[in-house]
Amino acid sequence: MTMVTSIQKAAAINPLKSSQPLGAAFALLGIDAAMPLFHGSQGCTSFALVLFVRHFKETIPLQTTAMDEVATVLGGADNLEEAILNLKNRTKPKLIGVCTTALVETRGEDLSSDLANIKRKRAEELAGTEVILVQTPDFDGAIEEGWTKAVTALIGLIPHEAPKRIIPNRINILPGWHLTAADLELLRETAEAFGLDAIITPDISGALDGTVPDRWIPTTYGGTSVEAIRQMGRSAHTVAIGEHMRTPARRLEEIASVPFSLFETLTSLKSIDRFIALLAEISGRPVPAKIRRRRSQLQDALLDGHFHFGGKRIAIAAEPDHLFMLATFFSGLGAEIAVAVTTTGQSPILEKVPTTEVKVGDLMDFEDLAAGCDLLVTHSHGRQAAERLGIPLMRVGFPIFDRLGTQHKRTALYEGTRDLIFEVANIFQANLHPATPEDLNPFRNRGEHHDGDTQTANH
Amino acid sequence: MLKAKIQDIFNEPGCDKNVAKGDMERKKGCSKRLTPGAAAGGCAFDGAKIVLQPITDVAHLIHGPLACEGNSWDNRGAGSSGSNLWRTSFTTDLTELDIVMGHGEKKLYKAIREIKDRFAPPAIFVYSTCVTALVGDDIEAVCRHAAQKFGLAVVPVNAPGFVGSKNLGNKLAGEALLDHVIGTVEPDDVSPTDINILGEFNLSGEFWMVKPLFERLGIRIRACIPGDARYLDVAAAHTARATMMECSTALINLARKMQERWGIPFFEGSFYGISDTSDALRQTARLLVGRGAESDLIERTEALIAEQEARAWAGINAYRPLLEGKRVLLNTGGVKSWSVVSALMEIGMEIVSTSVKKSTAEDKERIKELLKDDHHMFDAMAPRDLYKMLADNKADIMLSGGRTQFIALKAKMPWLDINQERIFPYAGYDGMVELVKRIALSIHNPIWEQVREPAPWDDNGHLIGRAAAPEPELVEDHDDHFLAHHRKKFVGAEASDMAEC
Repeated sequence: MTMVTSIQKAAAINPLKSSQPLGAAFALLGIDAAMPLFHGSQGCTSFALVLFVRHFKETIPLQTTAMDEVATVLGGADNLEEAILNLKNRTKPKLIGVCTTALVETRGEDLSSDLANIKRKRAEELAGTEVILVQTPDFDGAIEEGWTKAVTALIGLIPHEAPKRIIPNRINILPGWHLTAADLELLRETAEAFGLDAIITPDISGALDGTVPDRWIPTTYGGTSVEAIRQMGRSAHTVAIGEHMRTPARRLEEIASVPFSLFETLTSLKSIDRFIALLAEISGRPVPAKIRRRRSQLQDALLDGHFHFGGKRIAIAAEPDHLFMLATFFSGLGAEIAVAVTTTGQSPILEKVPTTEVKVGDLMDFEDLAAGCDLLVTHSHGRQAAERLGIPLMRVGFPIFDRLGTQHKRTALYEGTRDLIFEVANIFQANLHPATPEDLNPFRNRGEHHDGDTQTANH
Repeated sequence: MLKAKIQDIFNEPGCDKNVAKGDMERKKGCSKRLTPGAAAGGCAFDGAKIVLQPITDVAHLIHGPLACEGNSWDNRGAGSSGSNLWRTSFTTDLTELDIVMGHGEKKLYKAIREIKDRFAPPAIFVYSTCVTALVGDDIEAVCRHAAQKFGLAVVPVNAPGFVGSKNLGNKLAGEALLDHVIGTVEPDDVSPTDINILGEFNLSGEFWMVKPLFERLGIRIRACIPGDARYLDVAAAHTARATMMECSTALINLARKMQERWGIPFFEGSFYGISDTSDALRQTARLLVGRGAESDLIERTEALIAEQEARAWAGINAYRPLLEGKRVLLNTGGVKSWSVVSALMEIGMEIVSTSVKKSTAEDKERIKELLKDDHHMFDAMAPRDLYKMLADNKADIMLSGGRTQFIALKAKMPWLDINQERIFPYAGYDGMVELVKRIALSIHNPIWEQVREPAPWDDNGHLIGRAAAPEPELVEDHDDHFLAHHRKKFVGAEASDMAEC
């Protein structure tokens, strides 16, 4: 079992985390005609919005209750009501997702009763728009936790009763936040190849995959419809991807008795096989030829790629499930996970990460630990560490603001795993340093081989 | 205390908008209450950080829960010719336990010590946020205590997000510099041609396009605040002989109070546009000579201006054939650089519309004169309307900030960033040539023709201009004969037969 430790210090330096409400908004951006609303000061929204825009290069619908000092002292219910009504009138969304922030949570208001009052009082005006509450103070959790809470709240929209009729060729997919738009498209196509209709919640491939609509739309466009979410109780099965999707999957099981299978990762041959076998079983159909061919391509990629992975020391900093996915991917090709840093220490998946120790910390801890590694794997904020350490950086997760096309990169199933192998192998090949006579001289100063010697960054 | 400070800022005599107000109105301050559910823009903390963070060798420590810093660090492209410490992010990242147990102040103090021990910066700036202000953490006391204990400048920046807008935060940042930084260091190399520049952010390094012009004239920049600034230079800024203030709404209080306190005269200027740049050099020289610099400075300045202007115009005129008659939509908070507009008009571009949201009455008069039609001024345009205007092809390019970028792009309209996220430097003489070049490159990029070309099928996927084909019969893939027959239809056909390429 992997040890999970947190680093004791007062100043977080170069945060690895993005905030919990951002994670919740992220999920809501995968719902059609939705409007995430942060209950907090305008800066809470503005910072998250700008970060989303830098990552996705898209307009992002995200609003604020604009809590000022007076509202903070007197209570924010009026601001919340005004914001909801304004959004309803101006943008006519199908869903408003209220995500709380540290500001209103610190004050300790009873937000669920505030919202219940508003919904009761304004039932007529709000007809046709669902309003859900996701409690996501910034002083807790990170993207993963926020995403889980938002998806769980969305599941709450499903009628609380066992459905009368099951649709046998329909499945639900609850993807973790770390899957890309391209991954979701691929999941859907794969299900369709078995004649299965998949409701993916949330589905950022509908909204954040970079398209050009022919008119101005103030809300999200594309993604899972509220109506489809309500129908999820009638599906034959639920597939949850990532440990952090266990809570919503379980909730869905409680509400509508839909059984679920949880996949900790879909970026390793064995787990993908299990997933494909599940689809075959649910659909009663044989595995289509094109999927079998893709599996064979992955086998070949493993064969061609493994030369570049064997013995490599990899440093990864990512949210728990994403860390697990990446670490199992790398170690599955013979690399060593020398450094594993994560955002929060609660997830049970951390104990399964194939390394000796997972540290809950920031990118400065990561930088201190990663000296001597062959590859850094984290989001764009790792660029400073990569520069100082002179180690190549593979950008993964969120935010990625200095590279284009992240959403179109596949990272799951046979194709995604194949593509990842090539990406990594190519990074290594691009950074080859041919040996010099001094490097190979048997009498060279052999010094200490990198065993976790910390190196202070140059400033 | 913060309240009094904010009142004081709202009572800014240097602000012409404020001076035009009545007593009652002035007291209300200049930030309008935001509409919940229909608000945009950053908070006061954001504004304070924007103004101070480019001071390159300072450790900027944000005291609050994660989001304030975690969602926003390393997001601005200011250039540094020295330390990169400003790009390292520091936050106390308060947890629920810290807040509930009231551990905030203690954690802050420890964080200051950790940063001092590891990075040994000349100063640490400590920013309060909504949550730490709400729970009543006294960052001023912690900073004072830490400063004494560690013998280090520890500067409190008291601008929690919920007190107001980004602009208010800009000004609170200026107050923090006045209260704790400027005047705390006496340099031993004061000269009669030292100046300060306030409100220059050195985005994309653009201040480096201008700084050599001053140096050519023997003028030294004592402190450029905040772009590429060092803490010690800012601390010695009170010894300069004159101040140029850019981006007036951000730091007017700082400029005026430096004049009051240390008698440093200031002028408002800009490095955007040819005549503005010249004017900035001219006014600097005039102020310095007025305060005892050699009087030949004025002639030398004129000579430099003549030389540089001629070169810039030659550079810009090369683009005239590409830009003459092209229509520009300006959509920024308020165009302060009239010389940018006039330079664009000079080479035959037409300003079809401009926002006047942040403009003063005087500004509006100037716009009217330039545009000859005030129908083209708008206060703020809803995204939907802006989109429509662009989609209806009422302009050839939009110049704006990042916030409206995707409105233009989704309307398939050329767009150029002229705000803080831009990646090209536009200051000074060379900067204007660069801007004109970028506009020409945007408008004439071959993608526009491609993206505007509609697909050769309709919304249902039927090819346009062909009779709707009957549903094809089911093709059994083992029926080789059938397939061969159907494929034969396309033998000899080329891609260009299918659609115009």
